[in-house]
Amino acid sequence: MRTPPCLLSLTLDSAVHNLSNITDLSPFPDHILIELFLRTLRAGKLTERVLKLFIATGKDEVFSLIQALNIQVTVTPVLPTSKLMSLSIKDDEIDIVIGALRPDLTSFMNEWRTIFSRFHLIIVKDPDLKEELKIPEGFNLDVYKKPDIDRVVGTSTSTIFSGYSCRYFGYLVSRKKYIISVDDDCYPAKDNKGILVDAVAQHITNLTTPATPFFFNTLYDPFTEGADFVRGYPFSLRSGVQCALSCGLWLNLADYDAPTQALKPEERNSRYVDAVLTVPARTLMPISGINIAFNREVIGPALLPSLRLGGEGKFRWETMEDIWSGMCVKVVCDHLGLGVKTGMPYVWRNDRGDAIASLRKEWEGVKLMEEVVPFFQSVRLSREATTTEDCVAEVANVVKEQLESKDPMFARAAKAMVDWVKLWKSVGSSTSSPGA
Amino acid sequence: MAEPATATQAAAPAVALLKDELDIVIPTIRNLDFLEMWRPFFQPYHLIIVQDGDPSKTIKVPEGFDYELYNRNDINRILGPKASCISFKDSACRCFGYMVSKKKYIFTIDDDCFVAKDPSGKAINALEQHIKNLLSPSTPFFFNTLYDPFREGADFVRGYPFSLREGVPTAASHGLWLNIPDYDAPTQLVKPLEKNTRYVDAVLTIPKGTLFPMCGMNLAFNRELIGPAMYFGLMGDGQPIGRYDDMWAGWCTKVICDHLGLGVKTGLPYIFHSKASNPFVNLRKEYKGIYWQEEIIPFFQQAVLPKDCTTVPKCYIELAKQVKEKLSKVDPYFDKLADAMVTWIEAWDELNPIGPVPNGKAA
Repeated sequence: MRTPPCLLSLTLDSAVHNLSNITDLSPFPDHILIELFLRTLRAGKLTERVLKLFIATGKDEVFSLIQALNIQVTVTPVLPTSKLMSLSIKDDEIDIVIGALRPDLTSFMNEWRTIFSRFHLIIVKDPDLKEELKIPEGFNLDVYKKPDIDRVVGTSTSTIFSGYSCRYFGYLVSRKKYIISVDDDCYPAKDNKGILVDAVAQHITNLTTPATPFFFNTLYDPFTEGADFVRGYPFSLRSGVQCALSCGLWLNLADYDAPTQALKPEERNSRYVDAVLTVPARTLMPISGINIAFNREVIGPALLPSLRLGGEGKFRWETMEDIWSGMCVKVVCDHLGLGVKTGMPYVWRNDRGDAIASLRKEWEGVKLMEEVVPFFQSVRLSREATTTEDCVAEVANVVKEQLESKDPMFARAAKAMVDWVKLWKSVGSSTSSPGA
Repeated sequence: MAEPATATQAAAPAVALLKDELDIVIPTIRNLDFLEMWRPFFQPYHLIIVQDGDPSKTIKVPEGFDYELYNRNDINRILGPKASCISFKDSACRCFGYMVSKKKYIFTIDDDCFVAKDPSGKAINALEQHIKNLLSPSTPFFFNTLYDPFREGADFVRGYPFSLREGVPTAASHGLWLNIPDYDAPTQLVKPLEKNTRYVDAVLTIPKGTLFPMCGMNLAFNRELIGPAMYFGLMGDGQPIGRYDDMWAGWCTKVICDHLGLGVKTGLPYIFHSKASNPFVNLRKEYKGIYWQEEIIPFFQQAVLPKDCTTVPKCYIELAKQVKEKLSKVDPYFDKLADAMVTWIEAWDELNPIGPVPNGKAA
C-alpha cells in the first residue's frame, strides 16, 4: 500500500538524474542535502566529482555520513574485476596434512575423496606405527614415514614427531600458504539441512576473511552472507585483522577429556551451531588439533610439538600436545594482532577408544591445565618480538623461567620449543624436495 | 524463520519459572497489542509498563495481565528533581522500570518484538530461555569451544581447567533477533532488505575483558546482582544523541561485571523483530554517537576500577567520575551524563533502601 511520491521526493529523484548539470550544492537545506546524498549513493551515482560537490558544502552531517560509510576519494586506480580473481584462493596454495595413527586409511580417504581430491595431501605416518599404511588410489599426495622423517631431521630429533605430533612434520615440510589438518578418525559431517559440509572450503573462507578480535559482534561473523556488524560496533574496528587460525568443531564424539567422557559415556554432540566467531584478543581457549587450519606463512612456527605427557598415548584423551600448542598460538596471535576463529566447519568424529581406560593416563594432563592456563594468561611478549619465530622463542624462555621448577615436563617443553624454532628455520625454509 | 509464531502456536509452559521473582519491563509509546502473542509465556508474570511520550494518552493493556504503569507524570512525581536522569521520548526511559521493580530478575523487551520460531517450527519461549541462562553459571575466564557447557548435550572440552568449571554467577542474558537485525543507520541504508534468518543454536559467555554492543530489545538480568549498572543514559528529547542507551548500559555493565567476577551471556533466545525503524531518523539520532563511540570504546576498554569498589553502586559512581574526567573533553554532553549517572544511583538508593550487598570479589 504505497502512497504516491510527494513533490519533494520527485524533485530529489530529478536532481539525482541531473547531477551532471549541478555545480553547486550549498543552497540546499541540510536535511534535503542528506536525502540527496543517500539517493545518489543508492543510484550508484556518487562519482568523485559529485562527492567533491557534497564535501564542498562544508556541512557536518555530510562529513559524518562520509566517514560512517567509509567513503574514500580513491587515489590509486581500481583494478578491473578480472585482476581481482587473484584474491580467490587457488587449489595449489593449500596442503592437507593428515597424521596417520592407524594404518588403514582406506575408508577415511574415500569418505573425504570428493572434498580432498582437488588438493595436495601430505600424509605423515606415526613413527611408532609398525604396520604398512593402506591408502587408496586417486590422490595427489606425499607420504612421509619414519625413514623420511629421520632423513630430514635426524634420528634423535624424529622422536618429537611420535603419536599425534607426527602431523607437525607435515607442517614443517609443507611449502604451501594454507594448511588444513584433520585427525584420521574424522569424516565429513552433514549440516542441519543434511548437506555434506565442505570443511576445506569453510576453513579457507575463515582464513581469508578478516577476524574481529577487538570487539565482540553479537551476530557472530559479520563477513558471512546475511550478517553484518551490529549497532554499536565501532566503525574503526570494522575492517578487522588477518585471520591466522581457524578452529573447527566436531559432531558425534566431541573433544572431551577422559573424565568427562567417562562420566557421560553415551553423550554425543548432535548440536550443529551455524556460526563462526572470532575469539576475542587476550581470551584463551583450548585449541584442539582434531580439525584445524592455519596460514602457514604467517603463523606456521607457532604450531609446535612440545608438551608431551609422561603417559601420552594414541587417543586424543591421552594427549595435551595440541592444547599446549594452541595456547602458544593464541598468545602469539594476540601479540602480533592476528585473529583466531572458532566454530564451523564441523567434522564427524568417529567413536574410538575407551575413556575409562584412558582416564588413568590423562589425569596428569588434566591437572597440568591448572598451571598452564594462568601461566599463559599472564604471558606478555616484548615489543621487539615482531616475528612468529621470535614470539615462540620468547614464550619458550618464559616457560623455562616460570614453569620449569614446577615439573620437568615443562623444562622439556621449553627446550622442544627452542629446538623447533631452529628446526623451522633450517628445514621449514629450505627448498629441499620432499621424499617419496 | 520467515515469519513469527502465531498466538495459538505458542503453548504455555507447564511451570512458569520464577513467576514471583521476575518483572517484565516494557517501554511503550504506542500500544501493547504485541502482548497478545506473548500471552501464553508472559501472563503468569508481573509487568511494569513505562509509558513514554504524552502522559495524557491512555495506553490500553490487554485483559488478564497483572501490571503497573508509569507515565512521565508518575516518574516526575516519584523521583522529583532526580527525574532529570530518566530520558524522555526515548525507550531509554525503560530503566525507570528497573528502579521501581522489587523483584530479583528483570526481563525487558521492545513492543515490536514477537515470538520467533526455532528451525523445527516450534514457538520459542524467550523468557524461559533467559531464565535458564540466568540460573546457570557463566564462564568468562576461559573460552569453551562448545559454547555453554551447562546446556543439555554439551560440556567443557578437553583442556578446560577443572578449577574453572564451577563458573561464576550470571548477571545478564543478552538475546538475539530474527528478521530485522539490530543494525545502525549507515548499515541499514546500505542493506535495507537484509533479514537475519540464521538461527544459531548457541549460548555463550562473553569473555572477561571483552566489550560488546548490548541491545536492549531482548534482555534479561539479575537485578540484585547488577541492577544499578543498567542505567540507559540520557537520550531523546533535548539530548544530542539517541539509540546509544542500551550500548551505554552494556559497556558500563560489562566493565563492572568483569571487575566483580560476574558473567554476561549472549545468544539464545531469539525473538522475531518485526519493525524496521526509519534509517534516516536513526541516522540523525546516531550520527554523533558514531563519532563519539571511537572515543568511548577505548575509554571503557581501559577503565580500571579500584579494588575497594566491591559493590555495583560504588563501581558505578567511580565510573561516573572517570566519565567526567576523561570523556568531558569529547563533548560537554558527557559531563551531563556523568552527573546523571550519579543522580541515577542516588535515585536507585532512595527507591531501594536496603544497603547494597557486596557482589562477588573485585578483580
